[in-house]
Amino acid sequence: MATPPGGHHPYDGAHQSQGENAQNRFNFPSAPSGQGGMQQPQQPYQQPQSGHSYVQPQAPRSQPAQQRRRPEPAPTSNAHNPLVRPYAMTGGRTRPRYQLAIEALVSTTADPARLQGQLPEHQRICRLCFEIKSVAEISALLSIPLGVARILVADLAEAGLVAIHQPGGDESAGGQPDVTLLERVLSGLRKL
Amino acid sequence: MVAGGFGVGKTTFVGAVSEINPLRTEAVMTSASAGIDDLTHTGDKTTTTVAMDFGRITLDQDLILYLFGTPGQDRFWFMWDDLVRGAIGAVVLVDTRRLADCFPAVDYFENSGLPFVIALNGFDGHQPYTPDEVREALQIGPDTPIITTDARHRADAKSALITLVEHALMARLR
Repeated sequence: MATPPGGHHPYDGAHQSQGENAQNRFNFPSAPSGQGGMQQPQQPYQQPQSGHSYVQPQAPRSQPAQQRRRPEPAPTSNAHNPLVRPYAMTGGRTRPRYQLAIEALVSTTADPARLQGQLPEHQRICRLCFEIKSVAEISALLSIPLGVARILVADLAEAGLVAIHQPGGDESAGGQPDVTLLERVLSGLRKL
Repeated sequence: MVAGGFGVGKTTFVGAVSEINPLRTEAVMTSASAGIDDLTHTGDKTTTTVAMDFGRITLDQDLILYLFGTPGQDRFWFMWDDLVRGAIGAVVLVDTRRLADCFPAVDYFENSGLPFVIALNGFDGHQPYTPDEVREALQIGPDTPIITTDARHRADAKSALITLVEHALMARLR
């Protein structure tokens, strides 16, 4: 069920399509710097190139619907723009050091005193996760995009401030839940 | 996973059985829509937000089930791929008045091999078609359960989930 560390990543594009190289991906500033880096047409996520991601089903019954897009505020050269773009929080990194499942559970293990001096976003996550939360809940409750939440949580895990409980799964079956887990879920649902 | 066309009742279904009000998480994507959307005239436009609603059910002290409604935009397959990994299965909600809306989801799960059940969401309590008629129309094999449901009702949503997990279990044991 868990994605193995270093395993396939849905955003794991082989290369950028618009001339961005592997190095300058990490040059994104860690804080807004006015007119400096924030207007770069950098791309937080890479476009997946291959693998199972993005492969559309064979012989679809219909064309996928094209829906509205909601534009993010466009990068601007206005030095007074107060918005911190999401990946500024991650120092421009677009991938965590290891891949977290969206339903992976996070619980803060650090003493509250240790949170002083951490980045504000890290502190918010730690305070939220004194009660166990999934990566998805962190993203939703703190209004952080999912990809950013994954990176920040991975940082915290590496720093030893949170514990992560990756969902169990049968790796030989593509990470799908094993029979024991399914039986437990079934029994739990029936008792609801 | 809870899938289906736009407005079919995915978030309603999640909310009916979740112990928390459905939450929304957003992912930012870039340029993946190139080739589908004409970006020529949008200048700086490089990002699109895709939203996903989800709920939670605590089944045991150490067991939490998360219900993810798939993004309404069917072309954001990468989000589905992310969800399929580790998922037990999918409930595909169908509004029989708009049958074609569920085609992309059915195609997706047939191809990914994730166990799924079809749940006919009866709007206003009406079920104009029988499961057999829908099975015929969708060309769904006999192994895939087709049930009727009312996404607003907790008991119905719970029953649909039980059908799904039973089906997933059978698929694993087969």
